[in-house]
Amino acid sequence: MKDNIVLQMKNIHKSFPGVRALQGVDFTLRKGEVHALMGENGAGKSTLIKVLTGVYSKDEGDILLDGHEGPVAIHSPQDAQKVGISTVYQEITLCPNLSVAENMFIGRTSGMGQNWKKMNSDTEKILKSLDIPASATQQLETCSLAVQQMIAIARAVDMDCKVLILDEPTSSLDEQEVEKLFKLMRDLRSRGVGIVFVTHFLDQVYEICDRITVMRDGQLVGEFEIKDLPRVKLVSKMLGKELDDMSDIKGEQKTYERKAGEVPVLEAENRVSDAGIKPFNFHIDKGEVNGFTGLLGSGRSECVRAIFGADRVTGGTIKMNGKPVKINKALDAMKNGIAYLPEDRKGDGIVGDLSVRENIILAQQVLRGFFKPFSKAKQYEIADEYIKLLSIKTASADTPIKSLSGGNQQKVILARWLFTHPEYLILDEPTRGIDVGTKVDIQKLVLKLASEGMSVTFISSELDEMLRTCSRLVVMRDRKVVGELSGDDLNQSKVMSTIAGGDK
Amino acid sequence: MQKKEVKKTDENILTRMVRNQMFIPLLALAALALFNLIAGPEFFAITLGTNSAGNPVLSGYPITILDSGSELAILAIGMTLVTAASGGQDISVGAAVAIAGSVLLRMLCGGNSRPEELAMPIIVAFLISCIVAMLFGAFNGVLVAYFKIQPMIATLILYTAGRSIAAWINNNELPVITDPGLSYFGGFIPGVPIPTPFFIAVICVVAIFLVLKFTNLGLYTQAVGINENSSKLNGLNPQLIKIISFVILGLCVAVVGLIKVSRIQTINYSVIAKDIEMDAILAVALGGNALSGGKFNMAASIFGAYVIQFLTQTLYRFKVSADALPAYKAVVVIVLVVISAPTVKEWFGKMSRKFKVKEVA
Repeated sequence: MKDNIVLQMKNIHKSFPGVRALQGVDFTLRKGEVHALMGENGAGKSTLIKVLTGVYSKDEGDILLDGHEGPVAIHSPQDAQKVGISTVYQEITLCPNLSVAENMFIGRTSGMGQNWKKMNSDTEKILKSLDIPASATQQLETCSLAVQQMIAIARAVDMDCKVLILDEPTSSLDEQEVEKLFKLMRDLRSRGVGIVFVTHFLDQVYEICDRITVMRDGQLVGEFEIKDLPRVKLVSKMLGKELDDMSDIKGEQKTYERKAGEVPVLEAENRVSDAGIKPFNFHIDKGEVNGFTGLLGSGRSECVRAIFGADRVTGGTIKMNGKPVKINKALDAMKNGIAYLPEDRKGDGIVGDLSVRENIILAQQVLRGFFKPFSKAKQYEIADEYIKLLSIKTASADTPIKSLSGGNQQKVILARWLFTHPEYLILDEPTRGIDVGTKVDIQKLVLKLASEGMSVTFISSELDEMLRTCSRLVVMRDRKVVGELSGDDLNQSKVMSTIAGGDK
Repeated sequence: MQKKEVKKTDENILTRMVRNQMFIPLLALAALALFNLIAGPEFFAITLGTNSAGNPVLSGYPITILDSGSELAILAIGMTLVTAASGGQDISVGAAVAIAGSVLLRMLCGGNSRPEELAMPIIVAFLISCIVAMLFGAFNGVLVAYFKIQPMIATLILYTAGRSIAAWINNNELPVITDPGLSYFGGFIPGVPIPTPFFIAVICVVAIFLVLKFTNLGLYTQAVGINENSSKLNGLNPQLIKIISFVILGLCVAVVGLIKVSRIQTINYSVIAKDIEMDAILAVALGGNALSGGKFNMAASIFGAYVIQFLTQTLYRFKVSADALPAYKAVVVIVLVVISAPTVKEWFGKMSRKFKVKEVA
């Protein structure tokens, strides 16, 4: 192995039932570098990291480490720690109610005895050397999130780690805290630690990283020096669209033009929620299909959730057809004719143990009220109607929804919202993780609904799909709306350069 | 060919039967009945006699089961809803029964512990005790729904304090009511040889089935219990629904409080409805309802309550002392919990698949 290389992963394969999560991925980490690992949903970043840290066992491939003869075997996170690979996750995995020193040494001492004095003074030394503003005897939960994260990093460093993996450490930090964390990362870099940095924030990548490895669909796209990869190229590599074949799948969708005297169906002004997005403006016209686009974690879901009142709304106004309305919770939005198909189908969408029939009627039933249940006969009639309309594949209307395939579950949730006959339908990743046939069905349905006068906001990770269905795209980066594209601007190159923030 | 088909439907009926939620309580009932039959069929004897007031009454083990089981069945209604919506159980129902009973007595005697006549009609006193019990239910519900305390921990507060509160309501006195009108609810209505609690239970059961049919209580509690996030995005208010389930349980508690106080025309704060919460929870579990919440089967819970009472009476028959009862019931709990544990279910699934493969081979 070359001198400056600290970790090399070669030809890593990993499959799960039905999914080939990693297909021959190589990854190289050098001493004293910050290396960004980038990729969209399902690219295989987290699988790669879990293989490296021993959470998953690899099917094939070798992991080589500096100072070890031949491939090393890592079967558990403990093994990984022993050979000098440490991970710090987005959520702090330390014990909040123990002291800083206890957290630094927990699980690392042998035997029953414990020299508390030495432990505290050692901790003070480490904290000082890394310039972390905390004291050894302080309770961990009294430190800010950033400091807690830094302590987790310090713990890893003190365990003599050569490879430090930071998995989205900055997601819950504010700008100053991020700056502090970066200072620590630079310090560690100068000490020769190899740092793997996983993040969704493009700005941060360009601020601190030396190299970028891009993955897509379980495969390696390539390893690049940061100076050789301008942002727009990075975005195109992540999304899997070469800048050259920009000839483009321009949407068949005509640009929507508002007729004179018409007001938007929905208009949001300075809307903001507690989910960490910046206030944004947004509007949609009758019969229009538009969308929020941006990389994963850019805040596109949070925006539509703020419109629907799914997160706690902290500011801004909503007008429906020109009239101001109050939307603070889901029921408010529903009463105003808004429907929202959530991104997290399993966590927010389906009610797993209930039948397809009950899942379909749920939202409309809530709108109708507690004392007006649909009769059983009526429920079956409705369920059968939508099962037929959306060709949902289910044994019967009484089958529990959780035993359906992902695509059919999604159709049931779609049926639930169509049955509320909304004026404005929000679809957040309706096509994620479902088969191609169903995807096309859903796209067609969206266009059909729009032609019948429904306004639809469509969010998808797949740019092609967005360009095909939407007549206007709101572009987001790092939780801010950074642009709005329509008409001739609605093409891949323009979208990607807007996501990246210019053609830098 | 035809033979094969017949066999297939046979198997279907069998698997359908085993899958039915009533299967476990029915099996338990059959086992208990058979056991008692073998030990001596006199267990099932019912005799018609007269009580001290000269009214005709039926007596015998089956009647006792019907009588005491009705209290449990009423509590099981509320406990099923609480379990479904909150994914936990209320362990304070025994203490809450003491409070409801104490309020009832206090209202009836109006501060005088040996009243010559009732201070107010029984129905008014009962309604007041209902309101108080529902308020205590709401208290538990708020702790669970808004403060996100685990139901068992939240209700531990009232479990601990309830009996003291009950004693305090009557200034620690033990009022005795002599009016025979009160005795009807836990005893017999003159001329009717079947114990009144059974009729009260029937009223409650009919009421809850009407509520489940004509409102969305069932759909909402199940949706909230299965997926709170999703329920919220469908416009439901999970907190409110959890609180409502606890308030309904409070109403059930007040009804049982009336029966309990009526039985002895007075109250014993430390003994009334002692450990009844465990039996009520057991009824829900025996009915095949997941104690982690979500889908429920009300009929199975109610039936489970009578089966639990059957078990209790069986143990009494074999001269097991009241103090030793919980030890025997614990065995039932262990069996129930173990067969519904995910690991065991998985194991059963594997075994049955293996068995099927063998059969095919």
